[in-house]
Amino acid sequence: MRSRKIEEAIFRGIMIAATLVVLSCSILILATILIKGLPAMNLDMITKTPKGGYYLGKSGGILNAIVGSILLTGGATLVSIFLSLPVALYANVYADKSSKLIAFTRVSLDVLWGVPSIVYGAFGFTIMLFLGLKASLLGGIIAVALLIFPIMSRGMDEVMRMVPKELLNSSYALGATRFETALKVVVRQALPGILSAVLIAFGRGIGDAASVIFTAGFSDRINFSLFEPAATLPLAIFFQLGTPFPEVQERAYASALILTIIVFLISIGSRILIRRYSKHVIK
Amino acid sequence: MESTSHITVQNLNVYYGDNHALKDITINIPDKQITAIIGPSGCGKTTLLRAFNRLIDTVDGVRITGKVLVDGEDIFDPRADVTMVRKKMGLLSQRPYPLPMSIFDNVAYGPKIHGIRKKKVLEEIVEHHLKMASLWEEVRDRLHEPASRLSIGQQQRLCLARGLAVEPEFILADEPTSALDPKSSLYIENRFRELRSQFSIILVTHILRQARRLADYIVFLYLGELIEHGPVNEIFENPREERTREYIRGVIS
Ligand SMILES: Nc1ncnc2c1ncn2[C@@H]1O[C@H](COP(=O)(O)OP(=O)(O)OP(=O)(O)O)[C@@H](O)[C@H]1O
Ligand SMILES: [Mg+2]
Repeated sequence: MRSRKIEEAIFRGIMIAATLVVLSCSILILATILIKGLPAMNLDMITKTPKGGYYLGKSGGILNAIVGSILLTGGATLVSIFLSLPVALYANVYADKSSKLIAFTRVSLDVLWGVPSIVYGAFGFTIMLFLGLKASLLGGIIAVALLIFPIMSRGMDEVMRMVPKELLNSSYALGATRFETALKVVVRQALPGILSAVLIAFGRGIGDAASVIFTAGFSDRINFSLFEPAATLPLAIFFQLGTPFPEVQERAYASALILTIIVFLISIGSRILIRRYSKHVIK
Repeated sequence: MESTSHITVQNLNVYYGDNHALKDITINIPDKQITAIIGPSGCGKTTLLRAFNRLIDTVDGVRITGKVLVDGEDIFDPRADVTMVRKKMGLLSQRPYPLPMSIFDNVAYGPKIHGIRKKKVLEEIVEHHLKMASLWEEVRDRLHEPASRLSIGQQQRLCLARGLAVEPEFILADEPTSALDPKSSLYIENRFRELRSQFSIILVTHILRQARRLADYIVFLYLGELIEHGPVNEIFENPREERTREYIRGVIS
């Protein structure tokens, strides 16, 4: 009896310690960004484009990178949704449970999850050369879509696996096809999890520098064209941190703060969406 | 073979991998009556029921030989349209599984996928079938709430309404009252009594008393074999087979 109590206490201790480590890391990172970034934070940062190429100037803002990052990651997220949903639905609605192809796909996606993002950048670059594209918004979208696709599709796959088979059967029993069942029942049942997967993938995509460094290129201006280079927040941070001027480095932290706020807002927004859509979920 | 019944089973064998779950079943299911399939756990009742609407297809590694004729057509024929076969069968499972949508959309789901679009028509269908399942009075003011908020007993009646809304010819029910409290069970049983004039109902049940009070016709399965079938009185009062007698007396279960 005693040893079970001790076991319980040790396990509790480990869990609390782990939670504290994670929490304090997050708080430290946030505090660093806030303390170092706030002095350089002003309205110009989010309303103006930079003065003096490559963000080296000490005035102006990073609106080009904000717009660029949102367009690029938004585009990549859309592309990835259109790839991930069919994969996850195929694996869970169409394929046999014992399908070798699906098992192999799952393992490959898990492996791809661990591939460094610079490799996606390089791979995206190769594709661009093949398509005859130069560094552009489209190039960045392709690279980031590749980067976040494994994350999104495995996330969706996991939630769809949780959908009870009986629920599918009740739809089939009414004469629904697999396609109707997939779209109207599986997607609705798994919607909160699907939205989480999309959100996590978006967060991963918007913060990644290595995948866009060759593919999206760089621009001082705001660009809406798919075929022109686009600025991105992670690269803005990278360039500004790399300068020898403390004032410019401060602006890097302010940019990081802006990036964090964007992710935060999107996270809140999707949480509201998730809550709205989870009311129909059958437990 | 000429038959008067809508469902005719001829030499049906079902294998799950190496497990021979149904062995050479041949039977006519009588029309516009309640047929109860009884037998000990694992004897193949659910398997037989799921053969009727081909839900058995969704099981990995299943193999089927023989024929199931519904309205004279073999439903396992590769040319048969499985969605049309299933549309003829309303299914009520052991535990209710409402779809992840509102009460209204649950009932409208079937009619919608079969091509009914007009809102007015859908509203009428929903109301009519919720009344048939005697759920209307309880939900008329909350049709657009999630179906998951209903009690289990209400959910089972919703599933009945949902199944009826595609206007099936048959109702397949797999132990439909086993997850319900006595009052909700009685509700379902009473609905079945009313519906038997319009539908052929096939009911799987563990509860012999339920089979006796509800069914017109009894099918007794044992270890995948069809042991005996006949009108309810014959089977309960005067079974021909020793194993039926033992099962009914509770010697084997
Ligand atoms: N999906 C499946 N895969 C493999 N074997 C199965 C599957 N479903 C049923 N079986 C097997 O087929 C046989 C018949 O099962 P079935 O579910 O039809 O029995 P049942 O009469 O409905 O039993 P119960 O009264 O317990 O519900 C059993 O031996 C069971 O183990
Ligand atoms: Mg069963």
